[in-house]
Amino acid sequence: MRHLVALVAFLAFLLLSPLLLGVVNRVKAVFAGRTGAPLLQPYRDLRRLLGKQAVYSRTTTWVFRAGPVVGLAAVVAAGLLMSFGGAPALLPFPGDFILFAYLLGLGRFFTALAALDTGSSFEGMGAAREVTFASFAEPALFLCLVVLVRATGSMSLSGMLRAELPEIWHTQGPALLLAAVALLVVALAENARIPVDDPNTHLELTMIHEVMVLDHSGPDLAFIQYGASLKLFLFGALVVRLALGFPFSSTWWSLLAFLGGMALFAVVLGTIESTTARLRLIRVPQLLVAASIMGAFALVLILR
Amino acid sequence: MALWTGFVFVLVVGLDLVVLASSRLRGAIRTVAFQGAVMSALPLLLASEHHQTVHVLALALGALVVKGVVIPGMMLWAMREAAIRRELEPIVGFVPSMVLGAVGVALAFTYSGSLPLPIHARHTLLVPSALSTVWTGLILVMTRRKAVAQVLGFLVVENGIFVFGLLLSDFMPFMVEAGVLLDLLAAIFVMGIVIFHINREFASLDTRRLTSLRD
Repeated sequence: MRHLVALVAFLAFLLLSPLLLGVVNRVKAVFAGRTGAPLLQPYRDLRRLLGKQAVYSRTTTWVFRAGPVVGLAAVVAAGLLMSFGGAPALLPFPGDFILFAYLLGLGRFFTALAALDTGSSFEGMGAAREVTFASFAEPALFLCLVVLVRATGSMSLSGMLRAELPEIWHTQGPALLLAAVALLVVALAENARIPVDDPNTHLELTMIHEVMVLDHSGPDLAFIQYGASLKLFLFGALVVRLALGFPFSSTWWSLLAFLGGMALFAVVLGTIESTTARLRLIRVPQLLVAASIMGAFALVLILR
Repeated sequence: MALWTGFVFVLVVGLDLVVLASSRLRGAIRTVAFQGAVMSALPLLLASEHHQTVHVLALALGALVVKGVVIPGMMLWAMREAAIRRELEPIVGFVPSMVLGAVGVALAFTYSGSLPLPIHARHTLLVPSALSTVWTGLILVMTRRKAVAQVLGFLVVENGIFVFGLLLSDFMPFMVEAGVLLDLLAAIFVMGIVIFHINREFASLDTRRLTSLRD
């Protein structure tokens, strides 16, 4: 029974991730006073890209072709470790949160390598920015996960996000709130959303994540975009479960409530993107250091 | 109830770090005002049944008006008069001062449990929050160059002392508390006048303007 729930949750993760992006884009469109693209537009984009042929530059090597594949595979593998809405993960084991963080790191490493492989100076600049900001985001992510480990006494993601999480709010509320806010900032940075990076920008000088994938085309680009939406879903699952753990006894209701929470997460994300200006590049590390400090403060609160 | 009070204390400490990180003076003043307003809820949250209701209400209301409205209003006025918008070159940068503040917060929260206090604190986070706020204010006073930002640091120190004073609110007579608030008001008033005068002196002795005229 629990395995069935886990399987359904994983399928929902694979199938509904592009819809999450569709909701974010629709919210941004509403804020801007536009009708906006249909909610299913990301699926159509993916189908269109998959039907095209990839074009490879003669200067690139196998690294460039491996980048999108490894990136997508790493995010899907990270999804196997993640618990969605209190349901157990498909492959939980003690200490899997470290593998989770480094699988995402592996995907980013290969994306950056593929960008460097093209030999384009803009892509090299984007790769440099991406890994710089990632190195600031990683301590914050780990501090938040360690707070969860300490609060729940469990070493695996499934244990941390299990059904008892809402009760821990009654005793460790302030620490969990700080961790949730820090995780939201990390989610914005890791997924190249607005205060850190603008997913819609097309000026190479200011792009961070998007500039790295400029030379990818066809199915490769589809893999990258699908991987990005899966990553957004993963971080959303972490934030939603931590911030609004629904104390339902039935696992199916809990899963449904979780999916509703994800829709809310998409709306919040769209609101943040529509109401805040993008930070200057030199201010981004400051934001991420602040997130790390929040995580550290939460840890101090929970340790005392 | 204790959980909500905990949220308030954590918010107060979080606002300390926001003040340390903000380079725009207007935003920093608003943050300190918000901190003062949040703090004014603490006497109500921490009140025990021994308190007289009037005393607690007066303390909360006085703190809200003085810390949340009057003093920030005067600071904003001083800022407008002096035409300063942001702290451009602090002696210690914004990220380092934030990290420094965080180290102080971590130390305060780790070691405040072992402080020998004559009275039992009503909430476990009261003493560490007060110490972190005082530490933040001291960092502001030491590391900022602009007079307005230094006055702001003094205000943050005072906020910390206010939180610490709640430890004694069972024993402190009403007149003493009112005196402290008025004292603060007078101090800020004097500082505002000083800032105004410094600014007037500088405006008339601005060397850059003189050289541009000669060119």
